[in-house]
Amino acid sequence: MIALSDYLIFGAILFIISMAGIFLNRKNVIVLLMAIELLLLAVNTNLVAFSHFHNDVTGQIFVFFILTVAAAEAAIGLAIIVLVFRKRKSINVDDLGTLKG
Amino acid sequence: MTFELFIFYLLATIASLSGLMMITVKDPVKAALWLVLAFISTAGVWITAQAEFLGLVLILVYVGAVMVLFLFVVMMLDINLAILKEGFTKYLPIGGMVIISISAMMYLVLGPDNFGLDVTGEPVLHPADYSNTKAIGLELYTVHAYAFILAAVLLLLGIVAAITLALRRRSTGEVRYQNIDKQVKTQASERFKMVKMKSVVEEPIKLKEKPEEEDEK
Repeated sequence: MIALSDYLIFGAILFIISMAGIFLNRKNVIVLLMAIELLLLAVNTNLVAFSHFHNDVTGQIFVFFILTVAAAEAAIGLAIIVLVFRKRKSINVDDLGTLKG
Repeated sequence: MTFELFIFYLLATIASLSGLMMITVKDPVKAALWLVLAFISTAGVWITAQAEFLGLVLILVYVGAVMVLFLFVVMMLDINLAILKEGFTKYLPIGGMVIISISAMMYLVLGPDNFGLDVTGEPVLHPADYSNTKAIGLELYTVHAYAFILAAVLLLLGIVAAITLALRRRSTGEVRYQNIDKQVKTQASERFKMVKMKSVVEEPIKLKEKPEEEDEK
């Protein structure tokens, strides 16, 4: 029988890997977006696991909505990347410092 | 170790390793493909948690739509791969430190001491004729109906935003639109014109005399 801690630790590992991706890939915006997708997947895994152990389907509905938001976010993020690349001919994060944030 | 546990560990290992490959590999196309593998094996993990509908939706929506979109954009951009990995070793020490400390803390909270089987109890196992899709549908269309409509509006907003952002205006300021009235009213005669002309016959290509020489030998 798979324990709840197994699912949670699996989610934590995915979360940490994608966080490491955000830390280490400071040059490529596309890999940053992919790391965010993996981050959301880790969170969704936790929700699915808790929904399974509580025998309550609400957790899976939350996952459904998170998937919706993530799909919209990916589409808009990629549109912004295409736009930035068209203007600057680069997707290097260091080149995108115009806002001085 | 039961078969179920073996499947879970196998899929979880594949997902974690492909996640690691995704963040370390140099080529964004390969990174996207590793991410696809991570998504598929995570869908398997969800199915072991009896979330069959979401597992399938993950494969259909994520692998089928979002990742294809990613691949499409990656291949459209002409990226200089050499400079994309410059900072990797520079940020490795601090990144590694943060990650190790966070994973230690997460293990302390989420480990078997707090969420083991003896603490949480065993989950309810549904019979074979239980429909996960039906359970989600019942809840989604009744209790969460407003949220469902809002999600639809959000997707519409995503479409509009993406099209507005990526719409290309030419330097003259003109935008090309479809003129649907004109398209519907068009006749075959406007599209297809017969032209009378003499037939053009190509001169037969003269072969060089090399083969004949070979015959003589």
